[in-house]
Amino acid sequence: MAQKLVPIVLALAVMGAVTGIAAIMLVLLGQDWEDALFWILAAVMLGSALLVVTLRDIIRCGLAMMVCFGALAGIYVVLGAPLIAAAQVIVYIGAISVLILFAIMLTQTKAAPSRLVFQTQAVPAAISSIVIAIVISLAVGATDWGEVPARIRLATDALSQVLFHDFVLPFEVVSVLLLTAVIGGVFLAKREPGGPS
Amino acid sequence: MSDSLDAYLILAGLLFAIGSFGFLARRNAISMLMSIELMLNGVNLAILAFGAFIPELGAQGSVIALMVIAVAAAEATVGLAIVIAIFRNKKTPLVDEYDAMRQ
Repeated sequence: MAQKLVPIVLALAVMGAVTGIAAIMLVLLGQDWEDALFWILAAVMLGSALLVVTLRDIIRCGLAMMVCFGALAGIYVVLGAPLIAAAQVIVYIGAISVLILFAIMLTQTKAAPSRLVFQTQAVPAAISSIVIAIVISLAVGATDWGEVPARIRLATDALSQVLFHDFVLPFEVVSVLLLTAVIGGVFLAKREPGGPS
Repeated sequence: MSDSLDAYLILAGLLFAIGSFGFLARRNAISMLMSIELMLNGVNLAILAFGAFIPELGAQGSVIALMVIAVAAAEATVGLAIVIAIFRNKKTPLVDEYDAMRQ
């Protein structure tokens, strides 16, 4: 067990060292701290997202997805939305990732894990996703967003004012939706008496 | 760079494209659900970037992002329950072996 942990710890140490060196290099190259943070978080997020869609072992896909969501929460902080970053950490890393890991452990069989990770349409899928990325980048670059001022740092009390005053009906509808999803999830995953095991 | 709207939008677009690739190409149903989560996060990043850079939106971008997070949680719950229910019948998590509606 301890021997299995050694490569993981080594990989984490190497990743931490690379990230720290990259941060110091970026700051020395004249970027300010926010830019350096943005670049590092973006690189970590895109890299772990690529790992999510390419790794063979699906448990590792789930763990890479947690890393991706964590880096995305960091980007939200850089963007000036700390409350959404907190919600991201609690809901995605805390709840959805654990749910997905449980579902992985419930549905993986020894026979099923696959020599083939991808379906036969993997190459067209790759081409179409590259086209999507290029089209979105070109559209973003070609659009004039008008006079974009300095970033707005939103106060939490202003957000709560909007959430519980202007958006109070959608807020209540979302709570009903969550209740429905819980009941539906329990009903769908319930084992029927006398049914297949 | 972290002060330009374009950088965040392109980042969101790349995350969405990676998610769409995973959704189209993976064989495992849970991998497909994870890719959907990636795409939802890309959209959420775009919404938050617009909310942070366009003053007319005020706090509405953040509120909509919170709603999207809640709806994504509901979607994950129901989707994983469906995958577990199908797995109980078919004994496999691979989507290309789900062919009951084709026969």
